[in-house]
Amino acid sequence: MTDHTRDDSTDNHRRRLLQAGLGAAALGAVPGASLLNAQAQSGFDWKRFNGEKIEILLVKSPRGDLLTKYHKEFEDLTGIEVGSEMIPEQQQRQKAVIEFNSGNPSFDVIGLSYHVQKRQFAKNNWLTDVRPYINDKSMAAPDLDFADFAKGGLFYAVEADGRVMSLPFNLDPWMVYYNKELFDAKGIAFPKTFAEMTDAAAKLNDPGKGVCGFVARGLKNANVPVWTSFLLGYGGGYVDKNGKLMTDSTEAIDGAKMYQTLLAKYGPAGVAGYNWNESQSLFLQGKAAMWLDGIGFAQPLEDPTKSRIVGKVGYGVMPAGPKQQVSALFADGEGISTYSKKKGPAWFYIQWASNKGNQTRMLQAAAGAPVRTSAYAAAQATGDFKAPKQWVECMLASAKIAQPGLPVIAPVTEFRDTFGIALTNMINGADPATELKKATAEFQPVLDKSEKA
Amino acid sequence: MSTTTQAVVPRPGFLARRQRSYILFIVPALVVVGAVIVFPWLFTVWMSAFDWKIGSVPHFIGFDNYIKLATNQRFHEAIVHTLYFTALAVIVPLILGTIAALIFHREFPLRGLLRSIFTMPMMATPVAVALVWTMMFHPQQGVLNYLLSLVGLPPSLWVYSPTLVIPSLVLVEVWHWTPLVMLIVLGGLAALPIEPYESARLDGATEWQLFRYITFPLVAPFIVVAAVIRTIDAIKAFDTIYVISSGGPGTASETINLYLYLQAFAFYNVGNASAVVVVFFVLILALAMLLLYVRQRAKWT
Repeated sequence: MTDHTRDDSTDNHRRRLLQAGLGAAALGAVPGASLLNAQAQSGFDWKRFNGEKIEILLVKSPRGDLLTKYHKEFEDLTGIEVGSEMIPEQQQRQKAVIEFNSGNPSFDVIGLSYHVQKRQFAKNNWLTDVRPYINDKSMAAPDLDFADFAKGGLFYAVEADGRVMSLPFNLDPWMVYYNKELFDAKGIAFPKTFAEMTDAAAKLNDPGKGVCGFVARGLKNANVPVWTSFLLGYGGGYVDKNGKLMTDSTEAIDGAKMYQTLLAKYGPAGVAGYNWNESQSLFLQGKAAMWLDGIGFAQPLEDPTKSRIVGKVGYGVMPAGPKQQVSALFADGEGISTYSKKKGPAWFYIQWASNKGNQTRMLQAAAGAPVRTSAYAAAQATGDFKAPKQWVECMLASAKIAQPGLPVIAPVTEFRDTFGIALTNMINGADPATELKKATAEFQPVLDKSEKA
Repeated sequence: MSTTTQAVVPRPGFLARRQRSYILFIVPALVVVGAVIVFPWLFTVWMSAFDWKIGSVPHFIGFDNYIKLATNQRFHEAIVHTLYFTALAVIVPLILGTIAALIFHREFPLRGLLRSIFTMPMMATPVAVALVWTMMFHPQQGVLNYLLSLVGLPPSLWVYSPTLVIPSLVLVEVWHWTPLVMLIVLGGLAALPIEPYESARLDGATEWQLFRYITFPLVAPFIVVAAVIRTIDAIKAFDTIYVISSGGPGTASETINLYLYLQAFAFYNVGNASAVVVVFFVLILALAMLLLYVRQRAKWT
C-alpha cells in the first residue's frame, strides 16, 4: 500500500505523465534521488544551524495552520528561530510575485501551489535547486526518502531538466462525493464511466424535491478543473509540443459538452455562481446526488454540526472517460527563495515540514492529503484517525491515476479566467465548440508571449 | 521632486522679493503634491506605453496598449457595465433618499428613533454587507427567494443570472447608501426658510405645488451634492461587486474596476492596466465636467 514504485500501474502512470507533456523527464530523477538518499544517513545533525533565524511565507489554510502550530517543535529540534506569516491564497500569490520581483523577498521559505505558481517560479528562477542538499550526507535528514513521495507530487516538484525546486507537501486529486442514500433509493450504483455518470445524474435529478443530480463549480476561473477533469478522460491535453493550445480539440469540446450537460441540465439553478463552498453547502444538506471537487472536503461532510448526511457520503474515484480514467491533480509544496541568505536552515525547515510526522498529523487533522504514502498507514496505526476508510482508498486510487489538473504554464490565472468565462457562458446556453474556439484564439497569444519573454 | 523645487525657486528677477518669500512657503505643498499625485500619475502614463508584465522585461510599444483597448470587446463591455451600474446606483438612491428626507422632515412620533434606524445601513462595513447579501441572494438557500415564495412569486436567480446581476448589485448599493442621500437632503430641508411656504399657502398652493416650486428648487443644490458624492462612490465601487459576483456570471457584471484589478493584480499586465487607468481617468474627467455643469445649473434656478 505504501509504495507505488513497484506496482504494475507504474508504467501506465509514467506514460500518462509523459502525455501530459511538460516535465516528463522529472520522473527520471526519482529513483536516482532515493538511491543517493540511502547513503545520506550519516553525519546529519538537526542542530547544525542552531541560533539562526528564518522567515516563512505560507498560505492561510488548514495545512498552514497545522505547520504553524508545530513550529515550536521545529525550533526545539533545530534551535532555528522561525518567523512565519500566513496570508490568504490570493494575497500570498500577489505578494510572492511582487517580493520576488523586488529581488529582496522578506521570506526564506515559501509555500507554493504548483498548479498556479510552478511555471511562473521556474521561468523566473525564483527557487533554489535543492539537489546539492539531497546529495549531501550531512544535509539530508534520514527521514527524507523520495520513494515515499507520491509520483504526482514529485512530478510537480521536479523540473524537466531534473532540478528539484521544492519538496511537495499536499496532494489534491479530484474525486466524486456521492450521496449513498439518494443512490440507494433509486437503486443506482456509483458510476464507473462518464456515460454512467451522466445517466446517474439524469436519474437522480429531482427538481421537485429540490435535489439535483450533479453539482460542481460553475463560477468562472474556479470552474476550469471541472472541465479539465472531463477533458482528460476524453484523452485531451492542454498544450502540444509546439506550444499550440489543444483546448479546441474534439476531446476538449466533448469534455465541455459533458460539463454543460451535467451542470446546466442536472445542476442547481444559479450554478454559474457556484464555487466549491456553495457546492459543498448544497451537498451537505443532502440536496445533490454527486459533487465533483478536490479531495479535501471529508472533514466538513462528516461533521455532525455542519452536515446532514454524516455517514451517508460515498467517496468515489473519478469515473473513466472513453479514453482513460484520470483524476485531475493539484498539489502544494515548499521551496527556498533563490535570494535567501539562509538556505541551509531553510532546507532544514522544508525537510521538517514534509517529514513523516507532519504528514501523518496532517492526515489525522484531516487538513489535507499527504504526499508521503507512508502517512496513510501511520495515521491508521495511531487509531486516532477519523477519515472514513473509503476516503483513504479513494485517495490512494486517485493518486495512482492522477494527471495535472491545469496546464503547467506561467499565465495560469489568465488561462482559468478566459476558459472559465467560456464555461460559464456554456451553462447559460452558449455553444461549447464556439466558446472554446473563441477562448483558445484569445489565449494563444498570451501563452506565446509568456513563453517568449 | 527635485525638479519641481528647481522649477519653482529660481523665479525671474522682476518678481518682488516679498513675493518670492511667499513662494517659498508653498514649496512644501508643491513637493507633496508632486510626490503623491503628479509623479504617480505621470508614471502611470509612462507605464501605459510599455508592454510590461511583472517578471519580464518591459518593451516600449507606444500607443499599442490603447489601440488594443480600442478593439477589446471585453473592455468595451466593462465600460458599458460601469455606466449602467453607476447610472442606476446614483439615480435610484437619489429618488428614494429625497422621498425619505421629505418624510423624515415632517413631525411624527418617534421620528428621531426611526431616523437613526434608517441611517444604520450606512454604518456597516461594505465587505460585511456584501457577504450578507451574497447569502441572501443564494437561489436555493437565500432569504430573498423565500420572501418571493411567500407572496407567490417564482424564485429569481438574482446575481447568478447574467441579466439580473447588475440590478441586483444596485439593490445592495441602494440599501446601503440611500440613507446618505437622505441625510444630505434632510440637512438642506432643515435650512429652508418658512416664509415662502406661509405666503404660498395663503395664495392657496397645493402640497405638490409647494414641493415643485419651492422645496425642490431650494434643495436642488443639496441633491446635486448628494449626486456628486454618489457618483464618485458608484463609479469606484469595487468591494461589493468583487465580493458578491466577482464580475460574473462570465463577465456580466465586470466593471472597469474589476477588469483593471484582473489585469494588474491577477495577470500582472501592468502596462495594459495603466492604459486602462488612463482611459478610466478621462472618463471620470468627462463625468466630473458633466456634474459641474449640472451643479451650475442647480445654482441658477
